[in-house]
Amino acid sequence: MTKFTVGIVVFPGSNCDRDVAWALNGCLDIKSKFLWHESSDLTGIDAIVLPGGFSYGDYLRCGAVARFSPLINSLNEFIRSGRKVLGICNGFQILTESGFLPGALSANKNLNFICKDVKLKISSINCDWVQNDKKNNEIVLPIAHGEGRYFCEEDTYKQLVDNDLIALEYLQNPNGSSWNIAGITNKKGNVFGLMPHPERACDPSIGGVDGIYILKALLS
Amino acid sequence: MNQFEAKVFVRLRPSVLDPAGEAIKSAANKLGVDGISSLRIGKLIEINIEGNKEKDIEQNIELLCDRLFANQVIENYDYFVKRLDD
Repeated sequence: MTKFTVGIVVFPGSNCDRDVAWALNGCLDIKSKFLWHESSDLTGIDAIVLPGGFSYGDYLRCGAVARFSPLINSLNEFIRSGRKVLGICNGFQILTESGFLPGALSANKNLNFICKDVKLKISSINCDWVQNDKKNNEIVLPIAHGEGRYFCEEDTYKQLVDNDLIALEYLQNPNGSSWNIAGITNKKGNVFGLMPHPERACDPSIGGVDGIYILKALLS
Repeated sequence: MNQFEAKVFVRLRPSVLDPAGEAIKSAANKLGVDGISSLRIGKLIEINIEGNKEKDIEQNIELLCDRLFANQVIENYDYFVKRLDD
């Protein structure tokens, strides 16, 4: 049987692609393959990660240019087939710019690049990307972004709430995100975008393991 | 073919906080300029483009604004097209 393979998309300016590969291969024994953004061949790929970084130098808006790459265009069919896509940080920005997830990411309220661990509340009840354990629904993940302020209008927020699409909320909002939103899924549940970095929390020796569940969810 | 110039203005929607605009407003106050009630930062995109009719150019600029220049979740846009070689 062919081993489950996670494709990690590499754009010019991606800088967390190697971190994701290290977390998947080194920590979790999950096979991964780098996918150059100009390729649209997703043969043999079972799930996809859009990693963090500064695709196309964040020109115009974060993720605005990346959305026109052949690989992102081929995501339509990939997502429709039910396979999973995880967008981390710049990957989340690309998913909103492409319209795969609602809302938008804009400059942090305090204009600082924020790099620190944050406490997150697992909000979604049914989403399989996070483990909503009623006894302990808090996790800690690192964030590292300058433009991570999630914004959406009230009607979009209502849809997110009504459909149980808010996976993660900041307990102490670091960037001014609307309604403390840190990560959301699409209605089908197979696309997840979040600003925190689960791939940087997969090894106790570097400060945490709360990202493991999210990366392992790529397999389900 | 005619030469046209287009200027596109992209602005954050009024409901979206502009922290950079707020920071510059604060700096403007420090410079001694009082009375500024609002200061918001947008983008100006200048395009030179050739085509036959102004209407076709406007259609293309509209497409670019809608699909690329502005993210309408957080931004509005408007534009002006001028024929250069009358």
